[in-house]
Amino acid sequence: MIALLLLSAGIGPFVVRANPLAVDLSQVFAAPSTAHWLGCDSLGRDLLARIVWGARLSLGVSTAVVALSLAAGGLIGGAAALAGGRIDGLIMRAVDIVMAFPGFLLAIALAAILGPGLIDLVIALTAMGWTGYARLVRGEVLSLREREYVEAARALGAPPRRLLFHHLMPGLAGPLAVQTTLGIGGIIVAESALSFLGLGARPPAPSWGNMLDAGRAFILVAPLLTTAPGVAIGLSVLGFNLLGDGLAQLIGQRH
Amino acid sequence: MTHQILRRLLALLPVALSVATLTFALIHLVPGDPVSAMLGDYAAPADVVRMRHYLKLDLPLWKQYADFIFGLAHGDLGQSISQHAPVARLIREHYPATLELAGAGLFVAIIIAFPLGLIAGANAGGPGDAAAMGFAILGISVPHIYLGPLLMIVFSLDLGWLPLTGRGGLAHLVLPALTMGTALAAILARMLRQGLVRVSSADYMRTARSKGLSRSAALIHHGLRNALTPVITLLGLEAGALLTGSIVTEMIFSWPGLGRLLMSAINNRDYPLVEGCVLTFALSYVVVNMITDLLYGAVDPRIRLD
Repeated sequence: MIALLLLSAGIGPFVVRANPLAVDLSQVFAAPSTAHWLGCDSLGRDLLARIVWGARLSLGVSTAVVALSLAAGGLIGGAAALAGGRIDGLIMRAVDIVMAFPGFLLAIALAAILGPGLIDLVIALTAMGWTGYARLVRGEVLSLREREYVEAARALGAPPRRLLFHHLMPGLAGPLAVQTTLGIGGIIVAESALSFLGLGARPPAPSWGNMLDAGRAFILVAPLLTTAPGVAIGLSVLGFNLLGDGLAQLIGQRH
Repeated sequence: MTHQILRRLLALLPVALSVATLTFALIHLVPGDPVSAMLGDYAAPADVVRMRHYLKLDLPLWKQYADFIFGLAHGDLGQSISQHAPVARLIREHYPATLELAGAGLFVAIIIAFPLGLIAGANAGGPGDAAAMGFAILGISVPHIYLGPLLMIVFSLDLGWLPLTGRGGLAHLVLPALTMGTALAAILARMLRQGLVRVSSADYMRTARSKGLSRSAALIHHGLRNALTPVITLLGLEAGALLTGSIVTEMIFSWPGLGRLLMSAINNRDYPLVEGCVLTFALSYVVVNMITDLLYGAVDPRIRLD
């Protein structure tokens, strides 16, 4: 499923040659045909092309968000764990405060204030996502630091930087990979929900969320307009969830 | 128990204060000028000045913050610009609808999750397990924004059983509650199954069985209670998500609650109202988390907090 998603985001736009923004009023609500495999929307735009470009947007946004969340959360959580003491307490208190705030609400509020747009969308979703990584990285670093092999390296006189990159990072990779994979599914849902509410990608840019929102008005005439993006979101989330579960099992077995 | 509740309530104050501070910071410190957003790029400078004064944005930040917290303590959240009414009154009018919806969603989630989780947990590895968990993974993956319209097509338009939108009697509540509750039901069912599988090999379960209890009786009387703790943890975490999930659901079903109030405030750039709605959602979330902590103690006396 992820392969399908990656494929459609990667080469989809080259296979489905139709322009996702091209308005063709003679094709309004066209039924699926050889020219338009999934038919057309209320403005005669090719639905399949819009789904495929939407995959690109969803995947692009969620990758950016997860990468940024991971970087910010990892840096902050790691710094807290390594600094320890008062600084650790202070940082984690701040994380707790942000976490006391429901994540999706934070994203909505930020997106509303920053205004619609892709970069603002990424910022809003990152604000929602980084705390989980900060907690995870801090917890893992604290527990890894006490492991015997790290202690042994320290006793042998390894400098802190070597400790970090050669001994701590590899141990962190597993849990982070699981959290990241599961996180992408959540971000895809949040992104489509924000776009659905009109706070994410601005129409006419094809995002699954705003396609669903637009299709809702024509649910009687053309149910495919809501079904197609709905199924696309569902399959992507399902794919990332299964991958995450699989990764978690793999790592669980190794330990 | 009362003593404990009082203590938790007291511990709630600093959290509530920090949540209020974060809300204030969101609205007032994030770059972007609300006044120019409200009046547009071509507003007369005099109007901008008047609006800033009306919104008290010309005061120093610390004064704005102090007024905000002072007003909050008195239940005063300022005036809504678009609706010409006190924000607190608007929230009081819309909040019950959201609570009703979230409560119904929670109810739906629980009545779906328990049978599913029990069936799966009692027949772990069997066909019942596979079917229940298959449904669960499906429930997690279908997004709200699609499930809502889908339910509308099937139950309102095709079958004509239930009303399409709006708030009214029980019939109006069914579809939005299903929309909100399904994903949560799936997550809870998975958690419950895991818990049941975990406890089924415990010593006390073997004791119960050797006393002559049937498998299902042992599972329900001895296993369930122990499998419940992680479910409640999750329930608390997700109940907050349920509240914010109501924003989307309210938009789909034209439900006259806080979520729709928030979205209309956002679209009208009514910042005092946005601030009030965000704050109400966030505070509800904090309170729900506190209730979860208390429930823990009720289910498992071992972790009653001292």
